[in-house]
Amino acid sequence: MSLMSLFHHLEGPQTKGRGPAFWAAFGVALLAALAYPLFSDGYTVGNTAYFFVWVFIALSLCLIWGYGGALSFGQTAFFGIAGYGYGILTLNFGAAYGFTLIAVLIAIAIAAVVALLLGYFMFFGRIEGVFLGIVTLAVTLMLERFMAQTAGPEWRIGAARLNGFNGMSGMPPITIPWFDGPIVLVADIGLYYFILALVIFVYLGLRILVNSSFGNVIVAIRENPERAEMLGYDIRKYQLINFVIGAALAGLSGVLYTAWGQYITPSSMGMTSAALPLIWVAVGGRSDLTSTLIGTLVVLAGFQALTIYGSQYALVVMGVLLVLTVLIAPNGLVLGAMNVIGRIGARTKRERP
Amino acid sequence: MDIATLAFSALFQFGDAFAFLVLSACGLAVIFGMMGVINLAHGEFIMCGAYITATCTHAGLPLPLSIIVGALVSALVGMLVEFVVVRHLYDRPLDTIVATWGLSLIATQGTLIVIGSTMAGVGTPFGSFQVGAYSYSIYRIVLFFAALGVLGGLYALFNWTSFGVKARATIQVPHMADALGVDTRWIYSLTFACGAGLAGLAGGLYAPTMTLVPTMGATFIMEAFVTVVIGGADVFLGTAPAAAVLGVVKSAMTSWQGQLFGQIGLLVAVIIVVRVLPKGISGFLLRERT
Repeated sequence: MSLMSLFHHLEGPQTKGRGPAFWAAFGVALLAALAYPLFSDGYTVGNTAYFFVWVFIALSLCLIWGYGGALSFGQTAFFGIAGYGYGILTLNFGAAYGFTLIAVLIAIAIAAVVALLLGYFMFFGRIEGVFLGIVTLAVTLMLERFMAQTAGPEWRIGAARLNGFNGMSGMPPITIPWFDGPIVLVADIGLYYFILALVIFVYLGLRILVNSSFGNVIVAIRENPERAEMLGYDIRKYQLINFVIGAALAGLSGVLYTAWGQYITPSSMGMTSAALPLIWVAVGGRSDLTSTLIGTLVVLAGFQALTIYGSQYALVVMGVLLVLTVLIAPNGLVLGAMNVIGRIGARTKRERP
Repeated sequence: MDIATLAFSALFQFGDAFAFLVLSACGLAVIFGMMGVINLAHGEFIMCGAYITATCTHAGLPLPLSIIVGALVSALVGMLVEFVVVRHLYDRPLDTIVATWGLSLIATQGTLIVIGSTMAGVGTPFGSFQVGAYSYSIYRIVLFFAALGVLGGLYALFNWTSFGVKARATIQVPHMADALGVDTRWIYSLTFACGAGLAGLAGGLYAPTMTLVPTMGATFIMEAFVTVVIGGADVFLGTAPAAAVLGVVKSAMTSWQGQLFGQIGLLVAVIIVVRVLPKGISGFLLRERT
């Protein structure tokens, strides 16, 4: 596939937004995001980077659930596996010679391999929608319980103690080797640009993926698995690959989260943590990448604002938001709004001669 | 230690695991078997039953009566939830999972806000007895018979009552049952209440054995999910044999390596069974029968 045809897939039937108007808006948003640290202080920028950390797990759920039609509660498990993986690797081998970047890749690969194993049993066993959700949720809960009981000193991997419910901490942040000394990406402007670049790369990459023939098959499987199979596609393989890609993205979130705060705890894999990505994606609009991206950032910002009054209250509001979205706007609020804007745009275009 | 005490110990462990699996899963299984819907707020109905039971015993009611009140209140809450949320989602089973999860989040955090992080528990009744070197809680044996009682009661309910006949008709061919004058909406509503009530019953029965915290539902749901996934859609041909098989796995792993490995054993068993029997034990048995 040539480079031009890759760019050609940036727009397509599976993604909202096309044409100059959309890309102009994208450019403006990108410029605003790039310029934002100029108008803010390091602490706030580091906090905003924290929002971006969650984009990947949301996009992964969007890919698996929204596009693939397979509701996975396991994203949080892959998040945790990669997060712990990064911690264990960097605590053992340090941050010199750019090892943190290698640790990022290995940690994501571990999450992907676990997803490959689990996905093999699920998709090749042909379990269906509802059961898929339960099995992945059971795996997530089990992992949390397992990590929570690793408090004793016998639970160590090399120099890294797992520390049970208190979690691991003290791992080095992501460090990029550079000519005049390594660049350490603490939760500040540097990390912000690093994660922003990843967000843009992953977002555009996923747009290309879902509009490619692979993405079209994935959507065909969501719409009607039997039909897709009759057309000659081995749907199990497509679902498995999709699941593994999703797990790797969730793993990326986990790694960045661990590197951002330099800690990870089992509760980042618990019921509540598993519910949050689902809320962002459902409220945003699960069947579209752009809606998910916007929805995630908006809901996260709202959640953060509410947390001031206590996280229990914020979580109750999130629960209400989720139930209402499912009942009233099952396709998601942001996606609904974007459809309205799209219709208005189309109408004005038609009225102009 | 001689063989008899060892055998008794193994049997006791198995009975305990079996009871836990049956009681925590049957409410979920009834709702799933009926409507193909997984109620992710299942754990919170269990929590509701446990809290109501504890409140009633603190108010001076005897424990058995408190447990029944807990189950009834859970059933009523279940009916309300069905009416407000689940009813509108019957054609979208995945969305039901999502919505009930939202409810679970609201219930857990709401309880945390209103009641606080713990609640005064209930003492375990009946004391214990001695076999060989170990002592065993009599209440665990009561729980085992309660699980058998629940299975028997469900069998009677679905086979010998007019509700049961209508419910089974609705499971098999909903629109046909509708055409023959069965109020399927009402049947769905009652079934959901029944599932929620069973969850409440499980909560009430286990309230004396555990600490009451808002997240206590999460202790049950993994076992409940696992049993329903392995069992499939039928309570009698699925949940009961699944609980028996898993009871063996869990009690063996637990006595070998501890509680956590019992649960890991369950999970591994599920992932393997799912690969071999995608429709669960009941799907397998029913296919063999036809």
